[in-house]
Amino acid sequence: MYQTKDILLSPDQHQDGYTVINIGPQHPSTHGVLNLVVTLDGEIIKDVQPNLGFIHRSIEKMSESLSYRQFIYVTSRMDYLSSHINNHACCLCVEQGLEIEIPKRGQYIRMIMDELTRVSSHLLWWGAQSMDLGAFTPYFYAFRERDMITDIFEKNCGARLTMNYMVPGGVMWDVQSDFMDDIKKFIKQYQSRVHEYHDLVTYNFIFQKRMQHIGIISKEDAISFGCSGPVARGSNFRCDIRKSYPYELYSSLDFNESLETSGDCFSRYLVRIKEIDESIKIIEALMADFPEGDFQAKTKAVLKLPKGEFYQKVETARGEFGVYIVSDGGATPYRIKYRSPGLSNLSILNKISQGAKIGDLIAILGTLDLVIPDIDR
Amino acid sequence: MNTLTDFLTNEILCEKIEDIKGNFIIYCSPEQWIEMMSSFKSNKFFVFDYMYCLTCVDLKDSLEMNYFLRATSTLDEIQIKVKLDKSNPKIETASLHWDTADILEREVYDLFGVFFSNHPNLKRIILPEDFEGFPLRKDFVDPINLIKL
Repeated sequence: MYQTKDILLSPDQHQDGYTVINIGPQHPSTHGVLNLVVTLDGEIIKDVQPNLGFIHRSIEKMSESLSYRQFIYVTSRMDYLSSHINNHACCLCVEQGLEIEIPKRGQYIRMIMDELTRVSSHLLWWGAQSMDLGAFTPYFYAFRERDMITDIFEKNCGARLTMNYMVPGGVMWDVQSDFMDDIKKFIKQYQSRVHEYHDLVTYNFIFQKRMQHIGIISKEDAISFGCSGPVARGSNFRCDIRKSYPYELYSSLDFNESLETSGDCFSRYLVRIKEIDESIKIIEALMADFPEGDFQAKTKAVLKLPKGEFYQKVETARGEFGVYIVSDGGATPYRIKYRSPGLSNLSILNKISQGAKIGDLIAILGTLDLVIPDIDR
Repeated sequence: MNTLTDFLTNEILCEKIEDIKGNFIIYCSPEQWIEMMSSFKSNKFFVFDYMYCLTCVDLKDSLEMNYFLRATSTLDEIQIKVKLDKSNPKIETASLHWDTADILEREVYDLFGVFFSNHPNLKRIILPEDFEGFPLRKDFVDPINLIKL
């Protein structure tokens, strides 16, 4: 949370004559309740200090009094744009402790849902980023396609945003009979319209000029600051958990890790656009041999993890998400820590925005793709 | 110096090394941790340059810092556990070796009350400045019973 003495600093109070302005907490470009105290020399950024905690709900403490079936659903409220993947990480961590074998159909459903989540999250980011930079039309283009995915989620999970679909042992219920047709319809529509995305934004000269050569992250910085996901892959740092520490059936799938070398905002943009195509490739490969059978393994009504520690990491749309459970053998976890990708990605903001113009800060902040509830937890 | 096991047993000064299905857990004291940090970064065989998680666990009679490190070139992972005295928890900062530790240590400072010496910017991060107590400790009493169900 903010410190009063940091936030109220007028220009004459500042020893170098710099201006201090506050962006947020109620500002559309921060995509949530984040407060940035920006020190400016004219138009040049000297320092950016993020203030967090406006939406802190103490999820880690709360999880300590919830059972191993219940705590999974709280994580939907953290990174609400990749709630399936958050639930997936928690389920994998509990399954690792209980040593449950998941039926193949359950694994396939989980992976398809994960990849659909990734596509929908990147689409939302694409629209929001364009809107941050002043273009309004892409937002509606993105939502047109994204709504098809949320419709699929609603049909199969009952919710559009906080899904709560995955349970330890598989998924809550089987997919609907027209699940495949819906996805095929979405892929067909996306692929027939993706050229509009590129015409409108990717090859747009103004857009490129606003994104290129700003907010450059070097590979060393990306590693040292613990960046992950598209933010780090834009700096040519191989960090895709699906490739390096495969979970579920990702090791058997053929897909590429999207990488870019220049490390600026535009390369982070390109990584996300490429990732959508890779995800669609994965979904198509999974749909081609979608197995019959059980969707859930048989588990006990009350789950108790053996005494010990369990760590599970997955790749969400924003980067590496980790769940660390310390169990004392009881029905509730002793301690839970969520490694959120957003917090580490946010910590690099001060370093990369120093020397940039105040207008560029919005583009830099946008390409970090922060979801504030995920940072505050 | 071929395997991680050789490296850890020969180069690292610690109390105990546990190997649980290929996951190495290193137990050490706060003094040994200072030495260990620089040897993890400066050796040429296993450079643990990526800190992917940092947290604290309240063990009721003591606090335990947990550092999760990864070598990005070899994809090896280790976990370091440092036990701290609960009445005066104090440990050397890791933010001089891993920049990400800066923000993660501030979170632990805020919620557990662990003091990180030589930290460049040790301030509260999540809770308001007038908040009393350390909520993630087990002996924290929640005055309005908001969190505990």
